[in-house]
Amino acid sequence: MKRSPRVLILGAGTAGTIVANKLAKRGGYDITIVDQGRHHYYQPGLLSIPFGLMKKSDLIKPRAKLFRPGVNFVQAKIGGILPGDKKVFLDTGSEIEYDILVVATGCRVAAEETPGLKGSDWRVNIFDFYTPDGAAALADKLRDWPGGHLVVQVMDTPIKCPVAPLECAFLSDWFFRQNGRRDKVKITYVTPLSGAFTKPRASAQLGHLLADKHIDLVSDFYVEKVDPVSHKLVCYDGREVAYDLLVTIPVTTGVEAIRQSGMGDDLGFIKTNKHTLQSEEYPEVFVIGDATNVPTSKAGSVADFEADTVVDNIGHFAAGEPLEPSFDGHANCFVEVGDGKALLLDFNYDTEPVEGMFPFPVVGPLRLLSPSRVNHWGKLAFRHIYWHLLLPGRKIPFISNHMTKAGKRLSAPKPVPEPSKTA
Amino acid sequence: MQATIAGRTVEVNEEGYLTDPGNWTKGLAEELAIGLGIEKLTDKHWAVIDYLRSEHAKGEEMSIRKVGNSGVVDLKTFYALFPGGPLKNASKIAGLSKPTSCI
Repeated sequence: MKRSPRVLILGAGTAGTIVANKLAKRGGYDITIVDQGRHHYYQPGLLSIPFGLMKKSDLIKPRAKLFRPGVNFVQAKIGGILPGDKKVFLDTGSEIEYDILVVATGCRVAAEETPGLKGSDWRVNIFDFYTPDGAAALADKLRDWPGGHLVVQVMDTPIKCPVAPLECAFLSDWFFRQNGRRDKVKITYVTPLSGAFTKPRASAQLGHLLADKHIDLVSDFYVEKVDPVSHKLVCYDGREVAYDLLVTIPVTTGVEAIRQSGMGDDLGFIKTNKHTLQSEEYPEVFVIGDATNVPTSKAGSVADFEADTVVDNIGHFAAGEPLEPSFDGHANCFVEVGDGKALLLDFNYDTEPVEGMFPFPVVGPLRLLSPSRVNHWGKLAFRHIYWHLLLPGRKIPFISNHMTKAGKRLSAPKPVPEPSKTA
Repeated sequence: MQATIAGRTVEVNEEGYLTDPGNWTKGLAEELAIGLGIEKLTDKHWAVIDYLRSEHAKGEEMSIRKVGNSGVVDLKTFYALFPGGPLKNASKIAGLSKPTSCI
């Protein structure tokens, strides 16, 4: 009898865990998944930590309990990937050969890429919230911070969860109002893009949110360096933004093992066919989640929608059949705007986020591209869905891998330019 | 919507970016540049424009950092060549779409 194909999955975050469990459910594979960390973090919850809404311990579960029977979990650091030889070395010295490789190594925030960022202000007056430690350190800082100029700033694109920095600015406004300190805090949002909202429909629908919440905007600001002594961000064109407290989203790159393997582009993301999710270079390699270079958001919902394409195409590849170009770039994201309200976005490669109802046309109950309380409850309920439906690779009721256009207002309303201001 | 640029009628979006990079010509680029306050496109401008168009043809997503790593131009010069917002302005002149986030 022919042996089962050996599938090696690198990374046991959202994407890797879902693929492992879906493959195990289908059966017929010899599945190994490698990750260096013992715990799985519910990453959408990281943004709740700085504002005291959740603790680190609310977000973690031991990885070993998250896999279906038949998945072999190896806790080790990747020592090296040799895609030409179809093998991976672990830092323990052992080597694993594969027939099919799934790269789900995600991305990381690389604070060291920006001069001065990791200087004397790091974790003193400068914080990130994309890491559990950074989010917890920011929570400690915000608890007693007397006020001043809070700058929420994005270094570059792409980043994981592109709406999270805006959510952070909105939640900061809400947090300081709750704590009676809002009059002592000036909030500025700084972005290298042309505005906080860059798509016409979102700008028209949401452009007022910053002004409503008294958040200033500095756009087209690409940071050359941070001066931690005078507490300033310096742009390549000489503009400066002074901060008392900086919440930054550092340059985001692929992980070191991918950069060293030669599989990544200049930022360490892997060239991936955007519809089949096969590597552009190695036919037996599939890539999923934040590790790809496909032009959609780096988000958990994307990883989930991609998973069926990857699992189907692993089957086709193993059987020598043509792959299915079935992934459409679908993303579905909640955006907290403060005051117990949230937005919901639904989009793909071809369609920008628009107004409408979700998941059922007309009746919803979730409202697209418009703040509502029901959306906020939806976001809270999602943590349960994540652990109990999404990671085990079960079908989420009523949610399709492909974006549906039913019930959406696809014709564009008159664009309203976002008020923009420069430093 | 349509706009007449350098004597040609082309399809553009509400912010004046060409919707089809295939409609781009050097003449269009020169007029789009004037619209952005760049009176004359120098060899340095053209090197950036050619780079952006060739990366776009390869299906590459562009970021300011990628331009800086390309060896075509350093980022101080990039800002000086295309003041205000170098990547969005250079992309417009190159007939490509505006770099965006998901919303």
